[in-house]
Amino acid sequence: MSNAPVDKGRRRFLTVATSVVGAAGAVGVAVPFIASWNPSEKAKNAGAPVEVNIGKAEPGQLVRVEWRGQPVWVVRRTPEMLASLEAVNDQLRDPNSDEPQQPEYAKNLHRSRKEEFFVAVGICTHLGCSPQFLDQGMGEYVEGAETGFFCPCHGSVFDIAGRVFQGVPAPYNLVVPPHYYISDTTILIGEDGGQA
Amino acid sequence: MKQFIKNTLLVAASLWSVATLAADPTVPLDKANVDLHDKASLQRGAQLFMNYCLGCHSMQYQRYNRTFKDLEIPEELGVENLQFTGEKVGDLVTNAMTAEDAGNWFGTTAPDLTLVSRVRGADWIYTYLRSFYVDESRPFGVNNAVFPAVGMPHALQELQGVPRKTTEQRMIDGEMQDVYVGIKADGSGMLTEAEYDQAALDLTNFLVYTGEPMMLQQKRIGWYVFGFLLVFLIFAILLKREFFKDVK
Amino acid sequence: MKKLIAWFDERIPMTKTWNIHLAQYPAPKNFNFWYIFGVLATLVLVNQILTGIWLTMNYVPSAEGAFASVEFIMRDIEYGWLLRYMHSTGASAFFVVVYLHMFRGMMYGSYQKPRELLWVFGMLIFLVLMAEAFMGYLLPWGQMSYWGAQVIISLFGAIPIIGDDLTLWIRGDYVISGATLNRFFALHVIALPLVLVILVFLHIIALHEVGSNNPEGVSIKKPKGSVPESEKPKFTFHERFTKKYDIVDAFPFFPYYIVKDLVGVAIFLFFFCYVIFFAPAMGGLFLEPPNFEAANPLKTPAHIAPVWYFTPFYAILRAVPDKLFGVILMFGAIVALFVLPWLDRGKVRSIRYRSTIHKVNLTVFAISFIALGYLGLKPATEVYTMFARIFTFLYFAFFVVLFFYSKNENTKPVPERITK
Repeated sequence: MSNAPVDKGRRRFLTVATSVVGAAGAVGVAVPFIASWNPSEKAKNAGAPVEVNIGKAEPGQLVRVEWRGQPVWVVRRTPEMLASLEAVNDQLRDPNSDEPQQPEYAKNLHRSRKEEFFVAVGICTHLGCSPQFLDQGMGEYVEGAETGFFCPCHGSVFDIAGRVFQGVPAPYNLVVPPHYYISDTTILIGEDGGQA
Repeated sequence: MKQFIKNTLLVAASLWSVATLAADPTVPLDKANVDLHDKASLQRGAQLFMNYCLGCHSMQYQRYNRTFKDLEIPEELGVENLQFTGEKVGDLVTNAMTAEDAGNWFGTTAPDLTLVSRVRGADWIYTYLRSFYVDESRPFGVNNAVFPAVGMPHALQELQGVPRKTTEQRMIDGEMQDVYVGIKADGSGMLTEAEYDQAALDLTNFLVYTGEPMMLQQKRIGWYVFGFLLVFLIFAILLKREFFKDVK
Repeated sequence: MKKLIAWFDERIPMTKTWNIHLAQYPAPKNFNFWYIFGVLATLVLVNQILTGIWLTMNYVPSAEGAFASVEFIMRDIEYGWLLRYMHSTGASAFFVVVYLHMFRGMMYGSYQKPRELLWVFGMLIFLVLMAEAFMGYLLPWGQMSYWGAQVIISLFGAIPIIGDDLTLWIRGDYVISGATLNRFFALHVIALPLVLVILVFLHIIALHEVGSNNPEGVSIKKPKGSVPESEKPKFTFHERFTKKYDIVDAFPFFPYYIVKDLVGVAIFLFFFCYVIFFAPAMGGLFLEPPNFEAANPLKTPAHIAPVWYFTPFYAILRAVPDKLFGVILMFGAIVALFVLPWLDRGKVRSIRYRSTIHKVNLTVFAISFIALGYLGLKPATEVYTMFARIFTFLYFAFFVVLFFYSKNENTKPVPERITK
């Protein structure tokens, strides 16, 4: 550019320094543009935690509620269903729930806070269809199983704790959302209740 | 001349039968010393609004949880004491009155008050709240000095008492005349005059907050931006001087 | 890196464009304060386009949803208030810098030969900008949006014979309605910005073809071979400029004016951010108080005034006691600016070397413009209307008087070179 005798070091320093300050400014300007894509207060309100009354659920029944636009299941499992969990362990992809598909308090055999009640997001981990709940007749799809979940889209199968079987397209167990018991008959879905 | 003004200035207005309910600008407005940092005042204002105004006036752009957070009211406390209609805490502050009901009861819809402070200004609201007076000729038995022919009852009467226009005998041009000196309540209210003025100020403060709930955050960010610009300006000046050594 | 640049240069004129328009573009060395506003206008344009796109993401263009969606942006979207204030403040800032930019051109004769077309492109930008601002102001769907648009659209009703049909056609309804809002929205976010960007492009192309004027009004292009080597600047300019002329008293736009403009930009941003963060309504000038009330076709605000940047022309409109003639005069005020290059028959560009009468004339014009702007904000009382008439007269007198005295103007001798 110029051929004048200049203090090259000072010039370079000032150029770099001004550029850095300018770049910091550009990042600052970008903040409102990026942040504005976060869910709005309206969306957050619509996606607020939901209460589920489980007092009237019969053993073996599935209660379906909507949370953040997704189906969430609460299944009251029968003793037979619970007993079947151990039996299918060696047919599962992730029997010990090592993948982070559930909060810490649901990383156990029954994948729930209380053995009896199973809470899960009813979305197949393959491509997002909603599987069917089979309280019987699961044997048609998996040998030796009686109950579980079957996804009609691509035939993925899950046991009654939402654990995925081997040899199906779905890669992970069903997601267990954060939830806690407000009382013996009410579950709040969407919050851990500080016991995560 | 008058005709011309009417025609050109309000070309559009002439197409309409215009029902203008504008404030009478001749009444001097009292200064409202609102302070958005005074959370106690804002909380009292919110309480007044929810108890006395929300029945008819909605605040449909403001959310409960935002209000509680900004006013430093714990959420459980807010839900218990300030939410009367069983909405979710994240819901907008609306009321159950339909436009049709409002039309039947008041002849007009009660305006939403979220932004009233941006339309009218704090001083106007403060003065308005303290300018109701008894006027038997009006449907609700009251009128307002800054809003003549106001279409609502005096919602805060149980606090203020019955307000009357008072006049004083004064000597003007050698004659004793009645001069309007303001509005005095009869003392039947729950609050003293000073307390009522404070309540009006609290309510005004709250309405100023709801008009621009982002105001405090906005100003705080503004100072950071100024700080940044100052640094940038200094570097830009140094850089410019350095390069202009070539051409001096 | 070098290889990559070479790869591109073989395919598009990348380095060449950079050199012609920035690194080897000769800019007169004596640019002053007044020369910052072109850069600032570009900056504001970018701001308007970016924030505008982001506002569109949540704005609802319907009579039922528009007002609420603006409040939704202001309250429920993270930093939505900032994006909105950047846009609303940017609209006013645009006119501030454009008016100053235009005044600069008038002071230093930047519209004179050979820059007539450059000026006309600039005027077209100004015209489109006014349309853009007018349509944008309807979108918040507040009381001023509604009634301001009502009044302005009614102006077209003054046109004989077709007037009433024309206003109906513009509105698409018997009153301003959702239909009007939707078409204004489409024009505001797509059509006019596109036209604006194209015009800005042409404006810059025209500028770089003829070269920048400067406060002295003296050309930096001298006949080839007339300048001794010792007096030529020590910078390399693109051969596009040096082939036909010897360039004197100039230096490259990049990096010199870029770094100088950075200072100007930073100072401008202080004012801009002050408004955004501390006074977004600017005392009711940038955001008018009645506009925080949703549009109500049955209730006119007590006093309708357009936003401040339209008020000079609005005052001219009101000053005339006849609807059609008022409209003609208002548009005449803009047309007069369009033909300024041909009204001014002077040979001297800069005000520094022009006659006293020209200095007085231009000063009176500037005062008249500001006074009309002020009067347009005020209710049309008899006193104000009288003043509006006086200043309207003076506004037009500028052009008429200029036409006559500029032919044989008593100018000072213009130096051969930029001396400072």
